[in-house]
Amino acid sequence: MATKQIAVDKQQLMEFYRQMALIRRFEDMCAEKYAEGKIGGFVHLYVGEEAVAVGAFSALEPRDLIMTHYRDHGHAIARGVDTKKMMAELLGKSTGTSKGKGGSMHIFDASKGFLGGYAIVAAMLPMAVGLAMGAKFKKDGSIVVCIFGDGAMQEGEYHESMLLASLWNLPVLFLLENNGYGMGVSLENSYPLKELYKTAAAYNVEAAPVDGMDVEGMRQGMLKAVEYVRSGKGPYLLEATCYRFKGHSMADPMSYRTRAEEEFWKKKDPIASFKRRLIAANLTTEADIQKIEAAVEKEVQDAAKFAEESPAPDVKDLYTDIYVE
Amino acid sequence: MPVITYRDAIHDALREALIKDDRVFIMGEDIGPYGGSYAVTKGFIDEFGPQRIIDTPIAESGFVGAGVGAAINGMRPIVEIMTINFSLLALDQIVNNAAKIRSMSGGQVKIPLIVRTVSGGGNQLAATHSQSLEHWYATVPGLKVVCPSTPYDIKGLFRASMKEENPILFVEHSLLYRSRGEVPEGDYTVPIGLSDVKRQGKDVTLVSYSRMVHVALSAAEKLAQEGIDCEVVDLRTLRPLDSNTVVKSVMKTNRAVLIEETWKSGGFMAEVASRIYEEAFDYLDGPVKRIAGKEVPLPYARNLELAAMPSEAEVLQAVHDLMGR
Repeated sequence: MATKQIAVDKQQLMEFYRQMALIRRFEDMCAEKYAEGKIGGFVHLYVGEEAVAVGAFSALEPRDLIMTHYRDHGHAIARGVDTKKMMAELLGKSTGTSKGKGGSMHIFDASKGFLGGYAIVAAMLPMAVGLAMGAKFKKDGSIVVCIFGDGAMQEGEYHESMLLASLWNLPVLFLLENNGYGMGVSLENSYPLKELYKTAAAYNVEAAPVDGMDVEGMRQGMLKAVEYVRSGKGPYLLEATCYRFKGHSMADPMSYRTRAEEEFWKKKDPIASFKRRLIAANLTTEADIQKIEAAVEKEVQDAAKFAEESPAPDVKDLYTDIYVE
Repeated sequence: MPVITYRDAIHDALREALIKDDRVFIMGEDIGPYGGSYAVTKGFIDEFGPQRIIDTPIAESGFVGAGVGAAINGMRPIVEIMTINFSLLALDQIVNNAAKIRSMSGGQVKIPLIVRTVSGGGNQLAATHSQSLEHWYATVPGLKVVCPSTPYDIKGLFRASMKEENPILFVEHSLLYRSRGEVPEGDYTVPIGLSDVKRQGKDVTLVSYSRMVHVALSAAEKLAQEGIDCEVVDLRTLRPLDSNTVVKSVMKTNRAVLIEETWKSGGFMAEVASRIYEEAFDYLDGPVKRIAGKEVPLPYARNLELAAMPSEAEVLQAVHDLMGR
């Protein structure tokens, strides 16, 4: 039995690696396509934060619902959204997840309970409360996960959402990605508290911190939070400490932080450190890792090819999907 | 046909919606034991209980956003914002979320949400409690904006709104709740996006909506005694706007006076005037006249408040000017 247990775990650990590598490579491809002028608008890369989405979503069920912020590619990939459709969306193609009407900041796949990235900071938090009202009413055992950054904590909508979720005892898990910066302003210059999860106490909400650079720790922290929320005890705030390796968006000069700080965090790279751990524990080999990397490379190349070859939306569809007719 | 008040008509329509569909719930400030600021939801808490008649904390962005989320997750929420002035605290949820998610998701998501609120001045409630802001919302594609003027229309338009799967801002008027009118007992609806000729006439077209329809009708009665025959058009919905009914009327009368409660600059009737000029310019015997609120924050003192609001005397004057009398 013990051997079998390890086998299952190993498979899952390799899947964690694959998903994180896929997110990293996908984001690199986004940077390339942005540089080529094929992706317009804003692109916010998830590089460095991969362990948060992958570890967290491994603790969820297909019936669960997710809303997130505009740095949403990693979340969508961790939820299993088709990378071809995602890349097509980024290139503004009719085959995209939103048929080219959403773009990078608004990835949706309702079939996977992935109910969107939102580009107004904190705007999805009240909606997640409402999703949870629906879940509670339907008694279908689903929970809602709402991902937001430390910047969103500065908005009133965060506080209103914690208030409502707690008052109404709703099945919503608030997953805070604390990457230390709201665009270019550091947390210490924008919030008078370092341990942000402690804000939950003001709303009588259960909360805990977790290391967002460690995919296994992320999963453990999330499993505990998910169990709490699914059992009907009410909302939960999980604060994942992490770091954004790239700028806020592709347009960011990163003039507000030191190279030394970046190096400090890059030593904690969630993918490289995880790989070292897997090899040290004899759970994988360099050769197996290479195989995963090759498969990831192929998937991302295929996604880019699919996106490039897809047609732009037909202008006659300008007026579709505004209202339900 | 029974004669009932505007308040009873919307009360009955809400009750009917709650009885028909258990996914319907109402949430808002003081709608429970208090019975609603305008007593519209009186008695509902006893009949339907606190699970479906939900008193919210004073967190407009939070509970309007929760309404959006609940609608996305299959519920039929009816959210009450005590007055349209407070809707400004929920502007992000209405404009950035409710109106846009269907498009941003490429049609994957529906938002069958009704936001009921109350507009208008005349109660000496001073500058922040007396505004008519529905025309701001009417500029936003993705929303529908409904402004009923009579008991018949409010009930019929509410039923039509319940059949929609789009976000609707349902704007009632604070001074109309006690107004009375005929309402049939049977099932009927009033289509959204259809203006209504409330009085037939051949000399001048008076265009308005909500309470100003009654000012127009009263002016028309007085003018009839002088031998001036006015047609009164009630827009009933601002988005989608049925300008055809207005244009047809103007083609018949060759004169138009547009009446609204909000400020003249950027008022909704600027849009209506523009449509008349675009589509019926050659039919006009004189300029389109506009009667609107004065360009001031509504003052408290009774005489100042009255001076700032559009009056029947101004309508009479405008019609006399157009008729050369």
